[in-house]
Amino acid sequence: MSDFEPRIVAFLCSWCSYTGADLAGTSRKKYRSNIIPIRVMCSGRVDPEWILKAFRDGADGVLVCGCHPGDCHYINGNHKTLGRYPVVRRMLAQFGIHPDRYRLEWVSAAEGDRYAKVVDAMIDTVRALGPLRWKDRLAAATDTLADARS
Amino acid sequence: MPRIGVFVCHCGSNIGSVVHVPEVVQFASGLPGVVHAAEHKYMCSDPGQEMIRQAIREHGLERVVVASCSPLMHEATFRKTCEEAGLNGFLFQMANIREQVSWVTEDKARATKKAMAVVQAAVHRVVGHVPLQVGTVPVTPATLVIGGGVAGIEAALQVASSGTRVHLVEREPSIGGHMARFDKTFPTLDCAACILTPKMVQANTHPMITVHAWSEVVEVSGFVGSFKVRIHHKATYVDHQKCTGCGACLQKCPQRKIPSEFDYGMMNRRAIYIPFAQAVPNKPIIDREHCQWFQAGKCRICEKVCEAKAIDYDQDPAGWTEEVEVGNIIVASGMKVMQPTDMKHLGYGRLPDVYTGIEFERLCHASGPTEGHIVCKTGGVVKAGGRPPKAIALVHCIGSRDQQHHAYCSRVCCMYALKYAHLVKEHVPGCEVYDFYIDMRCFGKGYEEFYNRLLREDVRFVRGKVAEVTDAALYPGEDGRMVVRVEDTLVGAVRRIPVDMVVLCSALEPAEGAKALAQTLHMGCSSDGFYLERHPKLAPVSTASAGIFVAGCCQGPKDIPDSVAQGAAAAAQALAMIMKGQVEVEPTTAHVIDDLCSGCQICIPLCPYEAIHRDEARRKAYVEPALCKGCGTCVGACPSGALQQWGFDDTQILAELEGILAAR
Repeated sequence: MSDFEPRIVAFLCSWCSYTGADLAGTSRKKYRSNIIPIRVMCSGRVDPEWILKAFRDGADGVLVCGCHPGDCHYINGNHKTLGRYPVVRRMLAQFGIHPDRYRLEWVSAAEGDRYAKVVDAMIDTVRALGPLRWKDRLAAATDTLADARS
Repeated sequence: MPRIGVFVCHCGSNIGSVVHVPEVVQFASGLPGVVHAAEHKYMCSDPGQEMIRQAIREHGLERVVVASCSPLMHEATFRKTCEEAGLNGFLFQMANIREQVSWVTEDKARATKKAMAVVQAAVHRVVGHVPLQVGTVPVTPATLVIGGGVAGIEAALQVASSGTRVHLVEREPSIGGHMARFDKTFPTLDCAACILTPKMVQANTHPMITVHAWSEVVEVSGFVGSFKVRIHHKATYVDHQKCTGCGACLQKCPQRKIPSEFDYGMMNRRAIYIPFAQAVPNKPIIDREHCQWFQAGKCRICEKVCEAKAIDYDQDPAGWTEEVEVGNIIVASGMKVMQPTDMKHLGYGRLPDVYTGIEFERLCHASGPTEGHIVCKTGGVVKAGGRPPKAIALVHCIGSRDQQHHAYCSRVCCMYALKYAHLVKEHVPGCEVYDFYIDMRCFGKGYEEFYNRLLREDVRFVRGKVAEVTDAALYPGEDGRMVVRVEDTLVGAVRRIPVDMVVLCSALEPAEGAKALAQTLHMGCSSDGFYLERHPKLAPVSTASAGIFVAGCCQGPKDIPDSVAQGAAAAAQALAMIMKGQVEVEPTTAHVIDDLCSGCQICIPLCPYEAIHRDEARRKAYVEPALCKGCGTCVGACPSGALQQWGFDDTQILAELEGILAAR
């Protein structure tokens, strides 16, 4: 378990969180390299299907970061992300994916330091949960289902 | 599969010293679709860009990936490079391997691996890119300036000098800001009023500037090129169209003991008042809370003495609101001076002759409470004729450079403390001046020279942070005076220095309501609450919001020369946009794929801009491109995938995702 390196995908809104993540770089804050960002214009753009797709394709965790409530560049896109958050977590739990593998955090353009901390904390959480291997589990489940039918 | 070119930048040693660039290039050249991969020391340099242009032509590239810094830094640069070689700029994708890889990763092998994953994601994504055309929108030839301090006045005058309409909104009854309170300015010791008041008058009388004093911006809608701004005018109870500014009402108002906000309560004003003699506009307002007519139902003296019949008690107390349309906005909403009331150990508010820097400014000012005489309070009241102090302490870094308050330096305190030292020496012969500093920061033009001049003016400079200001006398000579306790770090001893007056050079903080204004304008703040510029060096007066610029202390503490320079810089940017007459907007809007849309209307209420409606004839959603700002919230919510966003298509993002997760 100790050598498990989780793979985490982060969806970052361009205005606050991506800028904040850039600031972490500009201020040379170090964090672990297990996270790869995808830039979107607003966290509200993050389709729950993307999150499922990430897990299916081998991600162990998905992080979504947006502007703090009230600061959204698009007035309230982040509120909609927040609205979807508990639904997505429930959906993940129903799929047998621990809901803590998906996290929503607010990171402003000034919070480079916070972004680095959020990333490290997320990696710690996912590392403790262990590898997801959802694709293998899906395949196994499909086999079981096929066996039961035959 | 389109022909893809990948260009990996070293960024000098910024990327190259951490990420093994040749390895990334080799990896990229093996990715599906990649027909050419190359590296350059500085991809954004002219030779770097030329290398890309040549490769596009020579290898017939149909897609380009540049792996270098953040897209927020150079996406526009490389889009243009592609365009110059005849490739649509949107057939390009940037892989950020600097800000989010080389600068944040310690381990070189891990950084290289991460860079490969980021490049692979970009290569996968760019395959699905489609050519897009940047749209343009017209720019309303008018500028809104929020804040009538020296930065806002400068910006307004510069914009207006081109013949462009300016709306200058100031929430106080007069423009002028903090500078209107100053007596002298450092390091030249110019009379502040002599510099500022002509500019105030110029702004107010300029045919292209509308000054909205005693007003606030309450709502901003629209976007770059055509902002709709609602300005709330607070009730004045005086018809400023009729008022001649004769001042008769000011003399006769019986309510004369109201602490003046302009003088921090050290002087009184009437219930009908102008904040200071040189106020612009020089027309009074009635303070409803203190007016006898409004509170007790009798008086109306001001009405009786007003020959112009300008008093209007029947004005709606809620004020009134007007809407103006502007092409862009300059925010110059200023700062406030920290009140050191919770620093009990420094005696502010507890001991009589402890002032903040800006209060002391009024004490030095000819039209201040003591008519410019620096004297101690008489019976707890600031007034002329008091006893002159024998010794004064100037204490730097109150709340600034202090982990318990603000980490930042307020940038003006060292210099105004030096100015005060000079003024005290000039005004109060024989008065000792003790200047308690941590470091002397005299960085501007002529500032160090001013410091050197003060070193020769017999000022006692003590290096050390003041621990306490107390009135508890321990030794002879301390009775009836205040004692400053300080560790003199040059002498290496704790000292007790008796003084009669203390000036606390307290921090400059974001103005009251700065956060709310940021939310109204959808503008970002840095962690200290000052407004965030787009880039500290490359775009110091722009913000992340197109068409909104910042100037002066709202962006961070600064002195008058810097505030004025920023005001003029913001004006130049605003004018450039207006002179061009149009501004480019990103084409990354949402659009509906009719065949997939079921007309369920889930998307419609999600749009914050009301850009989506249902086309009743076709029973489908329709996104109005002119209204869509491209957040993609509707796209993320569409249950059938019928909504897509140009440049952020599901297939593009999912390809990017696959690219990330395919890397091992």
